[in-house]
Amino acid sequence: METQQTKPLSAIRSGEKVRLASVTAGRGLNSRLASMGLLPNVEITVVNNRHPGPFVISVKGSRMMLGRGMAHKIMVCSCNDK
Amino acid sequence: MTNKITAALAGNPNSGKTSIFNQFTGARQHVGNYPGVTVEKKQGICRYKDYEIAFVDLPGTYSLNAYSTEELVARNFIISEHPDVVVDIVDASGIERNLYLTTQLIELNVPLVLAFNMSDIAEQKGMVFDIEQLSKLLEAKIVKTIGNKGKGKTELLDAIIETAEQAGKKRTHKINYGEEIEHELGKIEKAIYDRENHLTKKYGTRWLALKLLEQDEEIIANVGNREVLDIVAASTEHLKSIFGDNPEVVMADRRYGFISGACQETLKTTVELRHNYSDIIDTVVTHRILGLPIFLLLMYLTFVLTFKIGKYPMDGLEWFFGWLANTLAGFWPAGSDSWLKSLIVDGVLGGVGGVLVFLPNILLLFMMIALLEDSGYMARAAFIMDRIMHKIGLHGKSFIPMLIGFGCSVPAIMATRILENKRSRLTTIMVVPLMSCGAKLTIYALIIPAFFQEDWHGPMMWLIYLIGIILAIICIKILRLTVLRGETEPFVMELPPYRVPTFKSICIHMWHRGWMYLRKAGTIILAVSIVLWFAMSYPKPNPDSYTELTPQQKQQKKLEYSVIGRLGQAIEPALKPLGFDWKIGTALIGATAAKEVFVSQISIIYAVGSDDESDLTLRQKLRANYTPLTGFCIMLFCLIYAPCIATVAITKQETCSWRWAMVQFFGLTALAYIVTLIVYQIGSRIF
Repeated sequence: METQQTKPLSAIRSGEKVRLASVTAGRGLNSRLASMGLLPNVEITVVNNRHPGPFVISVKGSRMMLGRGMAHKIMVCSCNDK
Repeated sequence: MTNKITAALAGNPNSGKTSIFNQFTGARQHVGNYPGVTVEKKQGICRYKDYEIAFVDLPGTYSLNAYSTEELVARNFIISEHPDVVVDIVDASGIERNLYLTTQLIELNVPLVLAFNMSDIAEQKGMVFDIEQLSKLLEAKIVKTIGNKGKGKTELLDAIIETAEQAGKKRTHKINYGEEIEHELGKIEKAIYDRENHLTKKYGTRWLALKLLEQDEEIIANVGNREVLDIVAASTEHLKSIFGDNPEVVMADRRYGFISGACQETLKTTVELRHNYSDIIDTVVTHRILGLPIFLLLMYLTFVLTFKIGKYPMDGLEWFFGWLANTLAGFWPAGSDSWLKSLIVDGVLGGVGGVLVFLPNILLLFMMIALLEDSGYMARAAFIMDRIMHKIGLHGKSFIPMLIGFGCSVPAIMATRILENKRSRLTTIMVVPLMSCGAKLTIYALIIPAFFQEDWHGPMMWLIYLIGIILAIICIKILRLTVLRGETEPFVMELPPYRVPTFKSICIHMWHRGWMYLRKAGTIILAVSIVLWFAMSYPKPNPDSYTELTPQQKQQKKLEYSVIGRLGQAIEPALKPLGFDWKIGTALIGATAAKEVFVSQISIIYAVGSDDESDLTLRQKLRANYTPLTGFCIMLFCLIYAPCIATVAITKQETCSWRWAMVQFFGLTALAYIVTLIVYQIGSRIF
């Protein structure tokens, strides 16, 4: 499924489940996100993406808030690729 | 005979680490800073059976990389202080994410005990753990705890003691990073073992190799050998070409792989709760329209509580200090000119007492902040304000200390501890004094009615507050573009579930802040009060020269003659362009002790004596002597210039350097001078 199109996390609607493909951020931030569990292939549920408002995701059982800018940098792909 | 054990508490933010620490140590805690950094270091002692266990509360972190100061502090403490046991507090309800830190502790090869905290919430979520099996996999004892209820406390203490006794036991297996990475790790391990022997002794060969491959800045800076660095660079490139990603991301992925493997074998989830109560609360409090009003309402309540309710104990304290001053003065015969009496009553009691009366406010304010923080609301508030604060280059959380600054700069600067990023924190500390604090309000309350029509009182007050805010925004912009440059951190933050804060933790929080405040009043403020008293009382003019004067005239004469009075006269030429005379100058110097001193100083200076004249109130005298423009300039100058001594002291303490305290002191004074100069010079040409 490598050919699957990726899109930024910010484009995903509330309630949808996606898989993280890559993060285009600096090295420090990248490893920070990784230690918080935001790694390639991790399943992300978008809890809230109403505009404007907090962008809330659920990763490994915990809730995280992201800035919109951050959500643009996280590329994801659709989950139903099995 | 007692045995001593040191136990370090590690854990993710929001894992309930602090509540466990409080359970163990109660109020027997010592709060300080780690040397050279502004990270809080909490220590406390717990006596149990024959043991004296010294607990150290490490900062809450997600990992032990060199990403933030907190992570470095936690890591270096473990490496260089060698605690007998590291207790990893794990939020059992978010087990996978929390075990990430555990994998890093395992790699550090420390004697480890795991506390599965919030096990009640995990149970509600339907999570069932095979503790025994998991304990074998992680090679550490696991104890289930419920931190805020104190459950599992003795079991955890037993586990700590047992683990400490068995210290030195080697781990049998390690986290495997897969063939390719392990191969490169082997190469690096060999290289450092040969070339950097002293480092491997300190850190352990494998750990050192792992960190080098992860491009850990601190460790790389420590390795002097070029060959080692070349080998690391080659390995990094090689792995990058294989995985298409930086090795540290792949390694983080492998660690999570290890965790999910361990969890698959030992964790059963029976029910899945989809919408928990936190989500429901969040739909309201972070609502796009309701969010901001709710936040403002809560902040308003915080203020009302702090200043309205705090008024009663404050009045009580004021009465008490008045009574104390009278009683002490009673030891001397009436009308006595004893210098000791004056020192004790006017100097020490006046100065220290004047600051101590704010203690109830400080306690209440910190109680409210602790409530907002422990309940989980603060994380939401930071988000709500982030959009606005981001525009001026600060993190959303900076809003909270700035808001507190309207009450008093001292707790506001203490509250900047909630900011993780050092640059954001420094910037916030620097501009907090521009918020009009309660003490400045007393100056406005004197000046505004003296010079302006009744209709203008409200707008004038509003204008002065607004100028402070606008100047703060400009200063933040300037600081962020010059000395404190750096990217605003992208906003990523964990949303902790809402919890009911416990009474005990709130009390402990309040007690700490209160104690810090008291300690300051007993040391710095006491010293400054005495110095100022001397400067205001000496040298004394010859008493024969004013025998025929009224007591008020005598006081004025004395003040004119004193060090402060002379200083005021000396700086008069510099203050002239601002429209100030030596009297205002004198009051301004005195007001660096505490801004409200301006009012008492100016009233002493203008307490001119003859009976018919003294019918004039201070305000009328001010109006007779100065123009409204000068009045406005006084307020403007007082708003901006040098923060009070208490603020300088707290800035020094919180930034760990005199340099920043001095930058703040002189920077703001220069700013005040420039702004007032412009306003006065332009104003005096128009009006």
